[in-house]
Amino acid sequence: MDASTDNTTRRRIALTVNGRTVEAEVEVRHTLADFLRHQLELTGTHLGCEHGVCGACTVLVDGRSTRGCLMLAVQANGCTVTTVEGLAAADGTLHPLQQAFKDHHGLQCGFCTPGMLTTLVELLADNPQPAEHEVRVAISGNLCRCTGYQAIVDATLAAARAMQAPGAAQRPVEAPVLPAARAAR
Amino acid sequence: MSLAAPIISPARPGRSGETLIGKSVPRLEDDALLRGQGRYVDDIHLPGMLQAAFVRSPHAHAAIRRIDASAALAMPGVRAVYTSEDFSPHLVTDRLVVGLPSSHYKQDHHRQVLAADETVHVGEPVAIVLADSRYLAEDAAMMVEVEFDPLPAVSDCRAALAREAPLVHRESPHNLLAEFDMTYGDTARVFAEAKHVFRESFWQHRGGSHSIECRGCVARHDAMEDRTTLWTSTQMPHAAMRVICEILGLHERQIRVVMPDVGGGFGPKLVTYPEEVCVTLAARLCGHPVKWIEDRREHFIATTQERDQYWETEIAVDDEGHVLGIRGDIVHDHGAYTARGINLAHNSAENVPLGYEVPNYAMHVKVVLTNKVPVTPVRGAGHPQGTFVMERLLDRVARELGLDRAEVRRRNMIAADRMPYRTQLKARGGQWVTLDSGDFPGCMAEALERADWAGFPARQAKALAEGRYLGIGVSNFVKGTGRGPFESVTVRIGPSGKVQVLAGAAAIGQGTRTMLSQVVAEQLGRDLSNITVTTGDTDATVMGLGASNSRQTVVAGSSAHVAAQTVRAKVLKVAATLLKAAEAELEIVGAEVLVNGQPARRIALGSIARALAGTAGYTLPGGVAPGLEATEQVIIDDMAFSNGTAVVELEVDAETGGVHFHRLVFVHDAGRMLNPMIVDGQLAGGIAHGIGNALFEWMGYDENAQPVTTNLGEYLLVTSTEMPRMELFHRETPTPINPLGVKGVGECGVIPMTPAIMSALEDALSPFDVRINQTPISPAQLYALIAANAKP
Repeated sequence: MDASTDNTTRRRIALTVNGRTVEAEVEVRHTLADFLRHQLELTGTHLGCEHGVCGACTVLVDGRSTRGCLMLAVQANGCTVTTVEGLAAADGTLHPLQQAFKDHHGLQCGFCTPGMLTTLVELLADNPQPAEHEVRVAISGNLCRCTGYQAIVDATLAAARAMQAPGAAQRPVEAPVLPAARAAR
Repeated sequence: MSLAAPIISPARPGRSGETLIGKSVPRLEDDALLRGQGRYVDDIHLPGMLQAAFVRSPHAHAAIRRIDASAALAMPGVRAVYTSEDFSPHLVTDRLVVGLPSSHYKQDHHRQVLAADETVHVGEPVAIVLADSRYLAEDAAMMVEVEFDPLPAVSDCRAALAREAPLVHRESPHNLLAEFDMTYGDTARVFAEAKHVFRESFWQHRGGSHSIECRGCVARHDAMEDRTTLWTSTQMPHAAMRVICEILGLHERQIRVVMPDVGGGFGPKLVTYPEEVCVTLAARLCGHPVKWIEDRREHFIATTQERDQYWETEIAVDDEGHVLGIRGDIVHDHGAYTARGINLAHNSAENVPLGYEVPNYAMHVKVVLTNKVPVTPVRGAGHPQGTFVMERLLDRVARELGLDRAEVRRRNMIAADRMPYRTQLKARGGQWVTLDSGDFPGCMAEALERADWAGFPARQAKALAEGRYLGIGVSNFVKGTGRGPFESVTVRIGPSGKVQVLAGAAAIGQGTRTMLSQVVAEQLGRDLSNITVTTGDTDATVMGLGASNSRQTVVAGSSAHVAAQTVRAKVLKVAATLLKAAEAELEIVGAEVLVNGQPARRIALGSIARALAGTAGYTLPGGVAPGLEATEQVIIDDMAFSNGTAVVELEVDAETGGVHFHRLVFVHDAGRMLNPMIVDGQLAGGIAHGIGNALFEWMGYDENAQPVTTNLGEYLLVTSTEMPRMELFHRETPTPINPLGVKGVGECGVIPMTPAIMSALEDALSPFDVRINQTPISPAQLYALIAANAKP
């Protein structure tokens, strides 16, 4: 049997990635992270352990932080996916979290950073004014070997303040999709 | 946060704008990394590229009888399988000979490119599979049949020394790889005469590096030029290039090694690995680019790590707690091969007496083979173990003599007015270890004051009355940084006017590009956007030593500084000729040279470069040599010694063994700081690593040397919720031994953490008279100690 037409090994999927509609044929066993990285060439999403612990591969799927290494690409059919490449504004302006990471030295080697950012975008959407402890809990599933986390926590608190400040640009932080909407798909 | 006034370079004539030295300028690396536009090795996609997976030994020790790749080769999408037999016609030698020189080796055991007839640790590569995708390559690797004949294995380095112990390598005479003494003074006499001698045994364990990016490499062979480029996640591209040339019998123009963005190093990536040789050769043989990306399980079993040291020590003191001598024995787990040298054990033994007056010292060291992945430096490189022993011994002295722990330290620390202080130790290269500068007692005093050491007994008593167990601990450290002899840096201005910096330094996330840009821009226009930096490319610099030993700012920074000064002098000399002005009237502003106060009289740096590129038949302006560039290798043989003090206040839950930090004060002195923000970041990461080494990280093996912690669920890295808020304070004592006055900081955070934490744990659990002579210690182990001593 020709594997390329075998529905048990390959499927067509359609999804939205960083605001763009994507249709693609994927191998059913490919992870979402591998699909994003190697098929869509969105290499900002990183793989640190491929067993769901380090959090570097975290992306937003329908607004919810998701391990890209533990989800298959076919499971993202019909979903809206945001990766680190989708966080800055269309004009290139950094997301307040990205800017705060830069200002507060929230990154060193940068490998865990995409997963940190996506996780924290979700946090600030749910909880625009988190306490320090809430930030620490939010990123407790994201490993960083460089920073000791403190600068990341400080950057997040600064970003939250910046996003609450009068005159702050109203950014379309992705709202989580309600369960009903998810079921309707 | 800094007590000491920041040392800012004095305003000098010919410079406009504010200095960049000592400024926390935002990192130039960050924008791309934040946007997901970094280029790490796995982000490299090349046309026709094949993906590699390795077949690895599942046995700690085995003979290889037969390898049959036919089933794997028959699978769709599988392009090649190479074994040692396939590679050997293309190898000048089948071993990676990389060990640092030493007269102490008793035997040599170099890693194989691929295991041929004997494998000596789990994870040793046996074959490489190339396929159209990584999924297919991993499938096929499972289908390569290797017939192993298991042999007895050695797991514990102490057991390995027994006469009847199995041999790690079946042909070797014994398992002792190296043995040496680090000795001065007359310990036999002082121990015979001392009023007090205390004996302590320690087990110290450190795990892997666990950079969040594992290793990986991509090789592309250009048949037209007979030249292969290897992009690899390494800390030492020049060393990799040399090793690969030696093994493949190629000359230096035939291999180019390039570092892409590297997702953390922390030590093990300074090693050149068999996988890098295999991928390079595979690409040359198969005619396709080849990529190999290590997965985390491979990182646990095939990337080098630190592991176990067993110490038997004695300290002799007088009635006042003055140290008279220290002596002991170290048994150091080396793993199965020499992948770096015996430097770790050397560092550990050397570090013990560094910060204190220790008049007599004798440490006997045995470096022992085991059937485990080789041991090489992880952030700290043996120094944390030496500090741990010294600080734990001083705690013991304090307890036995009824003295305050800080007071015992104060009585023995090297005073500031004794700097530079020549110790009686010799570095691994044979030169005397000389502490260049610093105020160790002043540093500790500041830390104690900031942590309110004096007020702690009241806090502890109050907590105890509430049934809570609070403890405080202190540790000092001294760390040699900036290991020479040099780093190579070229500063070049071309007709574009851009200042190019080409450095043998290696960027692994520390902010090297920003550091070099600050140093060079300070001399050449103070516009960071006009500087380009190339690091980690063997085509860009002929020589390079790379990232290790907290050395980049010290050695590469110094060479960049001097090279930029040389280029600056030439710029001013030629500009003076071209602008018909005196050099003293000139200043470099951005990419131009201006005559003071006369903005109409200016010349672009690019125009000067163009003039110095020469025009056929015309003389060069200013009577200077052609070209606008300088290459410097500032030679710095001696180390610049950073120092610091950590004070930890914590609480132990006596019913669970859980540890909760209350405060963590860290005062350090890394000399002059080029970018305090980056210094903070380096310290914070090191501190987190040290907390992991104290409480979490354990690379376990069973009695057959099978690894039992091979994922990040079993091997614990510290996470955000375990980390206390770190209070970091800087003191700046510039070192006199390099032109910038800088000392290294990359490893400093990690070094005092295990002893400070163990000291605090013992203090917290003093009602139970708990003694801790190991690191790490888990909550279960801590609880067992509490339960064993709990009064009924």
